[in-house]
Amino acid sequence: MTGASAPVAVTGLGVAAPNGLGAADYWAATRGGKSGIGRITRFDPSGYPAQLAGEIPGFDAAEHLPSRLLPQTDRVTRLALAAADWALADAGVAPESFDPLDMGVVTASHAGGFEFGQGELQKLWARGSQFVSAYQSFAWFYAVNSGQISIRHGMKGPSGVVVSDQAGGLDALAQARRQVRKGTPLIVTGALDASVCPWGWVAQLASGRMSTSAEPTRAYLPFDRDARGYVPGEGGALLVLEPADAARARGARVLGEIAGYGATIDPAPGSGRPSTLRTAIRVALDDAGAAPGDVDVVFADGAGVPELDRTEAEAVSEVFGSGRVAVTVPKSMTGRLYSGAAPLDVACALLAMRAGVIPPTVHTDPCPEYDLDLVLYQARPAELRTALVVARGHGGFNSAMVVRAGE
Amino acid sequence: MTDKEFTLDDLRRILLQAAGADEGTDLGADILDTSFDLLGYESLALLETGACIEREYGISLDDDTLTTDALTPRALIKTVNERLAAARS
Amino acid sequence: MTERRVALTGMEVLAPGGLGRAEFWRLISEGRTATRGITFFDPAPFRSRVAAEADFCGLEYGLSPQEARRMDRAAQFAVVAAGNAVDDSGADLGGIAPHRVGVVVGSAVGATMGLDEEYRVVSDGGRLDLVDHRYAVPHLYNFLVPSSFAAEVAWAVGGEGPATVVSTGCTSGIDAVGYGAELVREGSVDVMVAGAADAPISPITLACFDAIKATTPRTEAPERASRPFDGTRNGFVLGEGAAFFVLEELESARRRDAHVYAEIAGYATRSNAYHMTGLRRDGAEMAEAIRVALAEARMNPEDVDYVNAHGSGTKQNDRHETAAFKKSLGEHAFRTPVSSIKSMVGHSLGAIGAIEIAASALAMEYDVVPPTANLHTPDPECDLDYVPLTARDQLVDAVLTVGSGFGGFQSAMVLAGPERSIV
Repeated sequence: MTGASAPVAVTGLGVAAPNGLGAADYWAATRGGKSGIGRITRFDPSGYPAQLAGEIPGFDAAEHLPSRLLPQTDRVTRLALAAADWALADAGVAPESFDPLDMGVVTASHAGGFEFGQGELQKLWARGSQFVSAYQSFAWFYAVNSGQISIRHGMKGPSGVVVSDQAGGLDALAQARRQVRKGTPLIVTGALDASVCPWGWVAQLASGRMSTSAEPTRAYLPFDRDARGYVPGEGGALLVLEPADAARARGARVLGEIAGYGATIDPAPGSGRPSTLRTAIRVALDDAGAAPGDVDVVFADGAGVPELDRTEAEAVSEVFGSGRVAVTVPKSMTGRLYSGAAPLDVACALLAMRAGVIPPTVHTDPCPEYDLDLVLYQARPAELRTALVVARGHGGFNSAMVVRAGE
Repeated sequence: MTDKEFTLDDLRRILLQAAGADEGTDLGADILDTSFDLLGYESLALLETGACIEREYGISLDDDTLTTDALTPRALIKTVNERLAAARS
Repeated sequence: MTERRVALTGMEVLAPGGLGRAEFWRLISEGRTATRGITFFDPAPFRSRVAAEADFCGLEYGLSPQEARRMDRAAQFAVVAAGNAVDDSGADLGGIAPHRVGVVVGSAVGATMGLDEEYRVVSDGGRLDLVDHRYAVPHLYNFLVPSSFAAEVAWAVGGEGPATVVSTGCTSGIDAVGYGAELVREGSVDVMVAGAADAPISPITLACFDAIKATTPRTEAPERASRPFDGTRNGFVLGEGAAFFVLEELESARRRDAHVYAEIAGYATRSNAYHMTGLRRDGAEMAEAIRVALAEARMNPEDVDYVNAHGSGTKQNDRHETAAFKKSLGEHAFRTPVSSIKSMVGHSLGAIGAIEIAASALAMEYDVVPPTANLHTPDPECDLDYVPLTARDQLVDAVLTVGSGFGGFQSAMVLAGPERSIV
């Protein structure tokens, strides 16, 4: 069944997160409250005001990818290619059994292959233009993951790439759902980001929103009275989307349904107009045909910046009523993964629904003014049918997605 | 570096560094007369390989050397050594 | 329920040699070219030394010094073009709920000029591995993540609906407008400000295309450097700029008596799943995108009056694309005129798809097919009617415009003239 409101199922997850490589490890760590935030190891951070990140340990690209792909790929693309493999395997999909035109790839990106780009910029300026790699023309750009995944799995259907800072991950899932509804039987979608390299770090520092705390348990504290900025991380998730009826017909395990989506952008700073986050949430609920009371848990964006936390808490309270819905920020264990964050939250929501527990927000001592029912320190058992995932990006991007449990 | 001879081992090393190797390809085998295409290297891989040779050996190859004129390791090694000899003289 | 249809009601183009839609149309309908020796920096160390540069400075187009400072050149193109497109549409965006006004910006390479310049500073000319944050500009984050372009445009036009950047390499422009049209069609927004911008003429871009020999090494007669479909072509010429549009539901555009340039009648994108930069000669996936776009427009190949080609001027592209037209349009491919405006304004990567949509809409507006400049020597393998050198007067009621990009993306859009849209 296709059409503007046909149900679209998630049938596979591929996860690469700082606290777990692969969906199983990630979920075990996340429900157990295990954080992956630590001092940066990929370069010497001692000269920078912020020195913590959520790095993915133990990812050896050569174990997962053919050597032909290694010279031409940034770390982010290697992670994305591995995650795509895992998502397809998790969905029980053999791409060669599909018509190539029936499969597409829609990803979000934040910074492309920024580390690769740093290497080539350095060659250009330190040694000369003839030292720049032939792979630079695509290895760094924002479309690289969609392109490489489509090539690796022979996916010739509609593909795409969106960039809307941290909100982009949900925008990609929504675009994938749109393509499935228009008739494409399978889309690999989501996002991974990884720009933990000196050049990426300096560019991120310029946002002025990064935490300069050196204590992994005190650095990123969403909704805390001492919120002081965020810790970035690397990774994210890719999902396999299919029409729900087709997925069931092939006997696939349906993890859940992408039920609703809404997106807005905040007005210009200084305009005096309020944030539009609540509108994005309401549009997503309407799109899902859900009332606020149907939502069992909110996976909040959790910026960790006081004024942004306040806006989000106000929007959640306005839509759901103060303290009326459980709220959690599992990214307190991974750091903010930019466009990778929200697809990972969607994956987390689906895993939480299966397990019947809400994973915790770690390290936060909540600011009472926000009046949120935050799930703190340890997982909370709960019967979960419907979750809302919120993602907000630098520049005022707001995206919200309603996810429903599979049977 | 211009007194160097460019050997098959040099080419193997540069190919691996510039483009890796296909899973079905044994670069250690006798590949002198196997086309780059059969070895699994397409134009982009060959451009990168050519650029690495140019930089390391300080020579300049023609635009079409790797994609049209020197389609096997033997032909490429010969071309590179001719350029090296020309650079020496 | 009748299906919502999408009208293009406002337009602005900022292209090399054509800053503003009128000047742009004069340039391309007269077959003049805007390619020249690079002046933005010393191109001597590079293999390719020509580009189509625009004599554009955001400050001269109403941006404040603060805005000009925090925006990469591509963002400046986007904000100016988007604002002018809204003015051109006559739409009163203030009369629409702000969250029903969305923004989409296509860009292949984002703030590449800003990143290149800032990298030089923080790395001390490439000397530092651990680049120095103390020298970073405060807006560097906006260069890192080009969604800042969409935010700037949304702020400038007052849109508070969905906003994003679409970045699918050289099909970004078509894909962004296609994305915007889809949001209007499905009813997620009432108005979409959609377009694309890129400003890639920087040392790092030149160097990376040098490395794959994709840009032309021709240095003599730069005004004749971009030669799509010509037997002597040997690579594309970089360009820059932006084009933006106002997209709205056709019936409501009619109700407010808006000038409708065109209907976005069909759009599709497919991937070749073959190679990040290479193209198979058969053009199969581009042909498939064309077939689906025509089907969505409910048109037959014979309905296409003009094909606005990708026509980048690489041998690989020109042959791939010619094969795709034959495969998708059949015999009609030989009868319909095909031209590449990249011969005149260069290849502005993510922006050009939107600029080509503008050229397509203007071709319908004036019933003139713009030519392929610099086409003197036919390539026997490119045997269609490429409209060499001189524009052609003819009725143009339906245009097919296509794009092909790194990553394997192949996109097609069908525009219908307003006459055709009256049902």
